[in-house]
Amino acid sequence: MTETVTTPQPEPPAFPSDRTCPYRLPDQYNRLRDEGGSLHRVTLYDGRQAWLVTGYETARALLADPRMSSDRRNADFPATSPRTDGLRDGEPAFIGLDPPEHGVRRRMAIQGFTVRRIKEMRSDIERIVHRFLDEMIASGPPADLVSQFALPVPSMVICQLLGVPYADHDFFQDASRRLIQSEDAAGTRAARKELESYLDGLIVSAQREPRQGLLGTMVAEQLTQGRARREELVSTALLLLVAGHETTASMTSLSVITLLEHPDQHAALRADPSLLPGAVEELLRYLAIADLAGGRFATDDIEIDGHLIRAGEAVIVTNSVANRDSSVFEDPDAFDVRRAARHHLSFGYGVHQCLGQNLARLELEIILAALFDRLPTLRLAVPVERLTLRPGTTIQGVNELPVTW
Amino acid sequence: MKRATMRVTADRDICVGAGMCVLTAPEVFDQDDDGLVTVLVSEPDDDAAPAALEAGTLCPSGAVRIIE
Repeated sequence: MTETVTTPQPEPPAFPSDRTCPYRLPDQYNRLRDEGGSLHRVTLYDGRQAWLVTGYETARALLADPRMSSDRRNADFPATSPRTDGLRDGEPAFIGLDPPEHGVRRRMAIQGFTVRRIKEMRSDIERIVHRFLDEMIASGPPADLVSQFALPVPSMVICQLLGVPYADHDFFQDASRRLIQSEDAAGTRAARKELESYLDGLIVSAQREPRQGLLGTMVAEQLTQGRARREELVSTALLLLVAGHETTASMTSLSVITLLEHPDQHAALRADPSLLPGAVEELLRYLAIADLAGGRFATDDIEIDGHLIRAGEAVIVTNSVANRDSSVFEDPDAFDVRRAARHHLSFGYGVHQCLGQNLARLELEIILAALFDRLPTLRLAVPVERLTLRPGTTIQGVNELPVTW
Repeated sequence: MKRATMRVTADRDICVGAGMCVLTAPEVFDQDDDGLVTVLVSEPDDDAAPAALEAGTLCPSGAVRIIE
């Protein structure tokens, strides 16, 4: 990588920044947004400069641009923390591949996430939600909402969808957490290898004996037919398992905090349950927990909005900021359960848009309805300012959420 | 009543199966067993037209096209 600096300028601000409130943008992001313009220069942890995309329309245009690569094996793919390097080697999942290879791999998994297939899971998800609510209510108050509810629910749901034994949850929840929260590449790489080895074992056993769930289907339809290599299935399974529970767990915790901190909006939602699907979209827009997922690099020069992104330069689309573009979302910093917000970018845009988005929507609807129906007096057991938030370098969330009722 | 001016097409070769079209306009779009888009109604009536238009805007891959 080479960069030519023509005029001496102060170094662009560091990116990413930590949130100091679960549902507000870091001050630094607000400053960039308020400067105007849709592209800004920022400095990554390793000293490399990147284009930060903060404007909604520019974000959509770039995420859909075939000259933007997601290939994290390439050294031009930007690292937003030391952890990124722990994901570069080894077999990439489709999230880290470009077309046409990306489409071939993604298509092996789409059948498990269609709108119809997800709708069929409703009663199973409801059963799982109430099972963990029963346990939490029996043991409290107080309770840690993360370990007793927000994490186990999506964890068990994705296990059922994939055909991964939930009995192994202590192992894969711990390894997933290290994968996305280790402070160095070695920790992430070690967690990744443990998960790969575990999932490889499940895939090998499914070759001998048919297995329920998407993993079994992929083995029967792809691996056994010689259409895919075992490593490809392992990388897909790893992505679906980790993304399937870490994201919904984070959204659950931060949604509860956001609703409790906005009592008028919460009351409106409680009074009219038909607002729930729209409220989930607004929570997705507002919280944008995966706001580093839009890391890319340009494979060719791209002229956009009066800027020239040169081939090889890093681009990071921050959906947390793009979701608060006032030209698209009126009064964007307000949390409004009646807002029509489905066009938010929290699931991304372009060919990499989240495969599990309709599972996430359904899980969140069922989770939030059941939680507040069963525990109408649910409240935080500590002031929101005292919660420890995850750093800005990973999926946003809390690792603990003390609640009472 | 038909709105002869709107026509819906979907390119299954570039579809990524995100399901935004089915979520937004279930009367107009479906996903087949592989999860790829299929068009149920290629000329939506006035009732279905706004949702079809929105689905065209939301489609992440550009597979859904609305010709007015």
